[in-house]
Amino acid sequence: MTARRRLEAILLPAAAAAVLIAFWHAAVQATGTNVFPSPAAVARGLAELARKGLLVRYTRDSLLRVAAGYGAALAIGIPLGIFLGWRPGPARAANPVIQILRPISPLAWIPVAIVLFGVSDLSAIFLIFLASLFPILVAAMNGVRGVPAMYRDAGRNFGLSGTALLSRVIFPAALPEILAGLRIALGIAWIVVVAAEMIAVNSGLGYLVIDSRNAGKRYDLVVAAMLLIGVVGLLLNVLIQRVSRLRAVRWGFREEGA
Amino acid sequence: MIPAREPVPGRMKLEIRGLHMTFRAENEVRVLEDIDLEIREGEFVCVLGPSGCGKSTLLNIVAGFLAPTAGTVKIDGEEVSGPDPRRIFVFQERGVFPWLTVEGNIGFGLGRLPRRERERRIAHYVALVGLQGFEKAYPQELSGGMKQRVEVARALAVNPDVLFLDEPFGALDSITRLVMRGELLRIWRAEQKTILFVTHDIEESVQLADRVVVMTARPARIRRIVDIDLPHPRDLSSRRYLELRDGIFEEIGLAHRI
Repeated sequence: MTARRRLEAILLPAAAAAVLIAFWHAAVQATGTNVFPSPAAVARGLAELARKGLLVRYTRDSLLRVAAGYGAALAIGIPLGIFLGWRPGPARAANPVIQILRPISPLAWIPVAIVLFGVSDLSAIFLIFLASLFPILVAAMNGVRGVPAMYRDAGRNFGLSGTALLSRVIFPAALPEILAGLRIALGIAWIVVVAAEMIAVNSGLGYLVIDSRNAGKRYDLVVAAMLLIGVVGLLLNVLIQRVSRLRAVRWGFREEGA
Repeated sequence: MIPAREPVPGRMKLEIRGLHMTFRAENEVRVLEDIDLEIREGEFVCVLGPSGCGKSTLLNIVAGFLAPTAGTVKIDGEEVSGPDPRRIFVFQERGVFPWLTVEGNIGFGLGRLPRRERERRIAHYVALVGLQGFEKAYPQELSGGMKQRVEVARALAVNPDVLFLDEPFGALDSITRLVMRGELLRIWRAEQKTILFVTHDIEESVQLADRVVVMTARPARIRRIVDIDLPHPRDLSSRRYLELRDGIFEEIGLAHRI
């Protein structure tokens, strides 16, 4: 039974992908388009990218930008969010500002980023930072604010206060919600890096999309880059989901489909 | 860690004088009125009252989590001004920290002990509440009764001289509840703690307590204090037990039939 299940878990998605690719191929054949690439052309495009070393280099560059921007958002967003969740006074002061900045699309910041940092790596990183900051900040704030009074009282009862209470009770109690925010932020960061690379830099998967189109309408490479973006995004999500399964935080997550 | 103070049975332990509590929300809610109560060292006292009468508020004040509107609480002649590891509050099993293992929870208040002593104590209290084999388990992997044992063990591990229990067995099924009452009595005799136990269950109070403090509905006052002059282990079908139980049923105006 389990062996069959495991087989199904591989075969069914593979079948769905095969159907999609077959449909794609048939559609390209039927319409006789010479702009949109066939699956085989995309595969050749991927091979070409790999041969030139661009596949690894561009993927690495995109990941490094995400790491820098997301890392900065994490380093600032988590402590700041915990502080604001812990202290109602400053939180009341800061909340309107946060709530106004939060719904602004990171893409609207592009001109500002270019004014501040020029057409450079830093611009892209700044955009990723902004995009991931708010989900992380708000999750940390709400996570801390939502810690049941009972845990706090129990901690105080055992003689804890101040930073000891924060690190031994409040932070671990808020951690599942913080991790949920981190996961959302990583997804957004990966979306934004592609957009940022289209305008600000000349490497990375987003650059690959826009460059392949502009330099000779290489739509086989455009679609190849899109596939790469999808696969890397999936891997990032799997990675961060792993973290949520650690036993010390698993209690905070409802069972969800893997 | 405070060294174990030799308990002196019969000495005055806890003194509540002229206690009033009024919550000010939209309109004033008088919760406690004119509570006077003395508890002796090593005594097991149950506070019995209908749900929502304010008995939990009383316990929260005595534990130092809430400041009363008027009146004083003294423990060992010293006015209570906040929570203190010498007096541990046991919540329903929801007070166990879900991010720590059974060991981690029981050792929570033992941070300042040398490691070997800490491990010895944890092992002792794991055994006392019968959780051998579950040291590395997380609370979500335990039943309600086991979680309650973890909480009791966590409280006992810091060697407090008073335990406050707020309807600790309320969420358990009736069989587990009976077992846990027996366990608590065994632990009480072994460890010689002073216990203040809040419940709405008449049978529970008569089974456990030396004295039952019967409260009125809100605002809660002390209606009567009933001495339970039954030796342990108590025979739940003895004439005296039934007399005491039915006396309290009548006291709070419930005919003993359904």
